[in-house]
Amino acid sequence: MKVNISQKKIRDSFVQKVQELSGQNLLVCYQCGKCSAGCPAVSEMDILPNQVIRFAQLGLKEELLNCRAIWACASCLTCNVRCPKGIKIAEVMEAIRQILLRQRLDHVDINKIPPEKRKEFPAIALISNFRKFTS
Amino acid sequence: MKIAYYPGCTLKAHGKNFEESALCTLKELGFEVIELPRWNCCGTVFSLTADDVIHHVAPLRNLIRAKDAGFNSVVTLCAMCYNTLKRSKARYEENPDIRDKINRFMDEEKINFNGSFKILHYLELIRDEVKLENLAFKIVKPLKGLKVASYYGCLLVRPREIGFDDMENPTIMDKLVDTLQADSVDFPYKTECCGAYQTVDKPQVVILRAAQILKSARERGAEIVEVSCPLCFFNLDYRQKEIQQIEADFKPIPVLYFTQLIAIALGCPENSLRFDLHEVDPRPILKQKGLI
Repeated sequence: MKVNISQKKIRDSFVQKVQELSGQNLLVCYQCGKCSAGCPAVSEMDILPNQVIRFAQLGLKEELLNCRAIWACASCLTCNVRCPKGIKIAEVMEAIRQILLRQRLDHVDINKIPPEKRKEFPAIALISNFRKFTS
Repeated sequence: MKIAYYPGCTLKAHGKNFEESALCTLKELGFEVIELPRWNCCGTVFSLTADDVIHHVAPLRNLIRAKDAGFNSVVTLCAMCYNTLKRSKARYEENPDIRDKINRFMDEEKINFNGSFKILHYLELIRDEVKLENLAFKIVKPLKGLKVASYYGCLLVRPREIGFDDMENPTIMDKLVDTLQADSVDFPYKTECCGAYQTVDKPQVVILRAAQILKSARERGAEIVEVSCPLCFFNLDYRQKEIQQIEADFKPIPVLYFTQLIAIALGCPENSLRFDLHEVDPRPILKQKGLI
C-alpha cells in the first residue's frame, strides 16, 4: 500500500480532534503491536489496531475515515488492558467513528434490517448497535 | 436482607430465563429483592469519547433514584448494565467538571448524587456477601457430573478498574461451578469477545466467532457453557442454528445463564428456568445427568 505523508497532514486538525475525542496522546505509542496481537476482530480489519494509531499520528485522515477496521471493533477493550503504554486504543477507534457519526454519516441503517430479523434481536443488541453505529 | 435490583431492558423480555432464575435463587438465599420502582435503560454501552457527557445521564439517573429510595447499593445481573452503570459512576466521581455538569442537568431529581454508592453484580453478591461456602450449604441438588465451561466475555472483567476479577484469567464463575459440585472446564476463549452488537449488522462475523468459542469449550470437554450477559447468550445460543448451516459437523452445546445453574442446585421449580427461551435445548443433557 502506498501512503503519502506530509507535515500538512500531521498538523491537520484531524489529529487534534482524534486526540481530543479519545483523550489519548497518540505519540505515546511505540508500535509494539500488542493491541493487534490480541484483537479478536483483526480478521475483519483492513488496518490493524496498531496501524490505526500510526495512521492517526500521521494524520492519514482519508484512510482512517474510509477504513473497515473502526466498524469491526466491538469495544471489547482487550487492546486497552494490554497496552504497555496505557493507550486506550478502543477510545481512538471510537473517536474516529464519532467524527463520522457527528456528521450524520451512519454506519447502520435500521431500514435495511428486515422486520422479521429485527424481531429476533434482544433489546440489548439493537440498542448497543445503534448507540455505536448511528448518530 | 433487602437489596435493590436493577433489571435493565433485556431481562424483561428475551432474558426472562436470566431474571426468573436469579429471582428464585435470591429468594432461596434469603434476600428480599426490591426492583427499583422507576428505572430506565442504562444505554447498554459506555460512551468512550471524552466530551460525551449526555450519555452518562441515563445510567446515573438510575443510581440517583435508588439512592433517593434509601439504598446504598444496587444489584444487577446483566454484564453490560453492570459495566455501564459502574463506569458512568466512576467518570462522574473522578472528573469534577463532568460531575458539575451532570448535576446541573438533573433537574427532575430531588437529590444531588455524591457518588457514595455501590454497584454490585450478582456474582459479587454471591462471592462477597453470601460467600461460596455458605451457598454450598444451601444446595439441595448437587450438579454432579455436569461439565461446565464458564464464558466471562468482556464486560465483567474489563477495564481493570471496573472488573471484579482477574482480567486475563478470571475464575469466579469456575469457582461457582465447583461450589455447585459440577466440574468446571477451563478453556482459552473464556474472555474472548463474542462480537457483541456486531450481531445486528455483521452476523456472519459473530457466527464465526461464536463457533470458535463454543468449539473450544466442547474440545475441552464441556457439556454446557454458562454466561452472564444477555448479548453473549444471544450470540452463543441463538447463532448456533446458523453455525450448523455452515459447519455440518458442528455439535450444538447448550448455553445457560449461571443463575439457572444455581437455581437447579437450590431446587428452584423448573418453570423458573424458562428453557422455552433457549435455541439449543438444555433439557436432554440435564435429564441425562438426573438434574431435572
